[in-house]
Amino acid sequence: MQAAIIIFPGSNREQDVFDALTRTSGKPPLKVWHRDSELPKADLLVIPGGFSYGDYLRCGAMAAHSPIMRAVKERAQRGTPVLGICNGFQILTEAGLLPGVLLTNKTLKFHCKNVNLRVETSQSIFTCRYEAGQVIEAPVAHHDGNYFADKKTLDRLEDQGLVAFRYCTPAGEVNEEGNANGSARNIAGIFNESKTVLGLMPHPEDATDPLLGKTDGQALFAGLVGALS
Amino acid sequence: MSGSTAASNISPEIVAQHGLTADEFARAVRILGRTPNLTELGIFSVMWSEHCSYKSSRKWLRRLPTAGPRVICGPGENAGVVDIGDGQAAIFKIESHNHPSFIEPYQGAATGVGGILRDVFTMGARPIANLNALRFGSPDHPKTRRLVAGVVAGIGGYGNCVGVPTVGGECNFHPSYNGNILVNAMTVGVADAKRIFYSAAAGPGNPVIYVGAKTGRDGIHGATMASAEFNEDADAKRPTVQVGDPFTEKLLIEACLELMAGDAIVAIQDMGAAGLTSSSVEMAGKGGLGIELDLDRVPVREERMTPYEIMLSESQERMLMILKPGSEDQARRIFEKWELDFAIIGRVTETGKLILRMHGDVAADMPVGPLVTEAPLYDRPWTKTPRRAELRPEDVPAVDPMSALKKLLACPDLASKRWIWEQYDHLVMGHTVQRPGGDAAVVRLPGKRKALALVTDCTPRYCVADPGRGGAQAVAETWRNLTAVGATPIAITDNMNFGNPERPEIMGQFVGCIEGMREACLALDYPVVSGNVSLYNETNGKGILPTPVIGGVGLIDDAAKSVTLAFKRPGEAILLVGETRGHLGSSLYLREIAGREDGAPPPVDLGAERRNGDAVRIEILAGRVSACHDVSDGGLLVALAEMAMAGGVGASAAAPAGVPAHAFWFGEDQGRYVLTTSDPEAMTARLGVAGVPARRLGTTGGDSLTVEGADAISTAELRRINEAWLPAYMAAP
Repeated sequence: MQAAIIIFPGSNREQDVFDALTRTSGKPPLKVWHRDSELPKADLLVIPGGFSYGDYLRCGAMAAHSPIMRAVKERAQRGTPVLGICNGFQILTEAGLLPGVLLTNKTLKFHCKNVNLRVETSQSIFTCRYEAGQVIEAPVAHHDGNYFADKKTLDRLEDQGLVAFRYCTPAGEVNEEGNANGSARNIAGIFNESKTVLGLMPHPEDATDPLLGKTDGQALFAGLVGALS
Repeated sequence: MSGSTAASNISPEIVAQHGLTADEFARAVRILGRTPNLTELGIFSVMWSEHCSYKSSRKWLRRLPTAGPRVICGPGENAGVVDIGDGQAAIFKIESHNHPSFIEPYQGAATGVGGILRDVFTMGARPIANLNALRFGSPDHPKTRRLVAGVVAGIGGYGNCVGVPTVGGECNFHPSYNGNILVNAMTVGVADAKRIFYSAAAGPGNPVIYVGAKTGRDGIHGATMASAEFNEDADAKRPTVQVGDPFTEKLLIEACLELMAGDAIVAIQDMGAAGLTSSSVEMAGKGGLGIELDLDRVPVREERMTPYEIMLSESQERMLMILKPGSEDQARRIFEKWELDFAIIGRVTETGKLILRMHGDVAADMPVGPLVTEAPLYDRPWTKTPRRAELRPEDVPAVDPMSALKKLLACPDLASKRWIWEQYDHLVMGHTVQRPGGDAAVVRLPGKRKALALVTDCTPRYCVADPGRGGAQAVAETWRNLTAVGATPIAITDNMNFGNPERPEIMGQFVGCIEGMREACLALDYPVVSGNVSLYNETNGKGILPTPVIGGVGLIDDAAKSVTLAFKRPGEAILLVGETRGHLGSSLYLREIAGREDGAPPPVDLGAERRNGDAVRIEILAGRVSACHDVSDGGLLVALAEMAMAGGVGASAAAPAGVPAHAFWFGEDQGRYVLTTSDPEAMTARLGVAGVPARRLGTTGGDSLTVEGADAISTAELRRINEAWLPAYMAAP
């Protein structure tokens, strides 16, 4: 599998996902600079975490209008899988590739900590190595990860099985206590309608190395490599 | 006449406003051979400020050991450089941003982080970790809550955005900081040991380049402000605080590192305190050369800025470079790619003079050498801090150990600081092996098995009681923290935070702390490679506790061999390494339980410190230690509780006969570790051969911490108590 990572000025977790993908696929991803309007041939496009353009406007809003995002949208529409993590998720919503928006955390603070996530479906290239209902642990590190969409959109996401991950307690209960940032219906990650685009706030790439703690994120990358190789 | 170097009306009031004494002004006049104009006066003022010239501290800083087999570059450059093997160097420094953070906590703290990051990447290193050391006033003081919130948000706001993990730090509260909080920020970076960049200018005719953000009117005279006491008007000084832009800093890091991969740079220096003035003067001074700047070419973001304002602005995210001739275009392309300003603003000369031109006039013409070498140096009078009486255990009331433990775990200094460090991205870059909350952070080096262990520490209540012991203890405790995770301590950076040095008792604290630090550095082969001095931390004549913060860096060959403080499993033996006499003078127990802050602090036996630590490290690296924690604030029972809370595994322990129970559990004797092992007899025997005292304290297991003769407390309850205070405090209106 050949992945390409889109790098904006202010991206800062590109190396984390680069390392995770290289470890899993054995093939270093390509790095694409935001000013490039041509995308290289790639099986997977990744938009990493960070603070694109400083996120001085709404998070991800500037990056969503960057020239490279036009190319990303075209590829996504033709079915190339896209993974947006943290700021990448924010950019995908701002670019209209995913519905909803990421608001400021309900505590109004940045939080960096491990959270529990319930995998909602194994029926996707991203989650095929997990079981539906499985509880995993991965870090979050964000100030604006509070997912919001109108009721109609939320209902549609649920009806079509497009919720990928939800924040939960260690026992897997989806409730207020397990909700890391106030997200609507505890949503931590969602797919587009064809389930080829995934946006999520937690950092699976930072849960892939046994030396650093839990490795529950590894299955996401292993699943992608398996599905796209 | 057009030459603005002509004498202007420099009244004694203007001189005083610039923080220069009459003698210092006379010295400036003698150097120039005439009266300086306002721009020149401003330059003298910042270059000779305490902040830039170290005029009160230089004499004593020379006492600190700065050499060692691993030292590549000691104090005097932007940061210290040590050899960490495999052709790599660690580059690090700690720096204060105390005065600005009190005036405007968010921006003050944020720009403190930005400034120290620049000191490190200026030398060619990619920053891999940030730490900090914070001191706030009493929690009851009306300003404290707002200052904590602002400082923490500022550190996070900057560090999180630039994408450098904030992996460790410390935070204490004491009324002596009510009017002068301390915000000390440390950055650690890694570079190719053969590609370190220095600041000495070279090559007359070489172009001088300005890169980064534009210059505005912010932060003018910050260095002078940071060199004076506060009075009631502290808030009115807000315009001297700079505003940070971490996004620009991130671009500047990437652009500088990209340029540094080639060979275009002759010298480079960040524009920190005193901005363009100190960077140009220091670069020229170190090279024994002159520098000419055309201020019309400096990128500015405000109209009609004067030479005075341009030279004294402390706008952030700016660097000054001297390039090899002919490499300008290559460098310009890199900075344009990152959308940063790039301007050729002058050249290096052989004249030895700083010449500034603007609008066709000469705005300043002054000799560089004397500006640096003839900076005032004071041998301030000092008095030795009076010795305090040693307290005996029977001088201190005994209370039930478990109720004392509960009170200590909830006190502001020992309460969990999770509320703080969860606001810092401590994981970005993907190499954080040990996260905040342990003895030291452990950060793996990219692409390697090895890791750096990092810590900041200081115990100001010891320093005020006995500066010599306190200075030695601060150094020793960082050495012990690094050892407790399995690392070999390499070197330190120091941040000397003190009151007004013009008072002999404050100067005595400074001198005492330096002497104690010196002894510890020598005994532990642990040199000082960089540092910063912050004096005048005083409001209306009341100084802070002397606070020489030590930032320690250690190396561990294989990150997988590091251990954490968490109890791992039931049924393991708990050993106490080191000698316990039950020293309660200046302890937290004495302050929090008995409400007293008297008595001599614990003595530091540096020979035992080294013996004990070296022996513990051998056991850890041999894989025979499952958990290890140093014994410090609060004493032994607090250490056990911290290990139980971290692991969610309980323990039972008993005090031996011979030492009164309260002194045994809460004494703060130095040079001690608690560790767990499955084979205590063999370990005790090996430690005994090394001359290291060790005794069995108890056994891990169960859900509770149990001490013979007292009630048990569950680990869940301990956690609840320890985690509750800070979030509740910050949530209160």
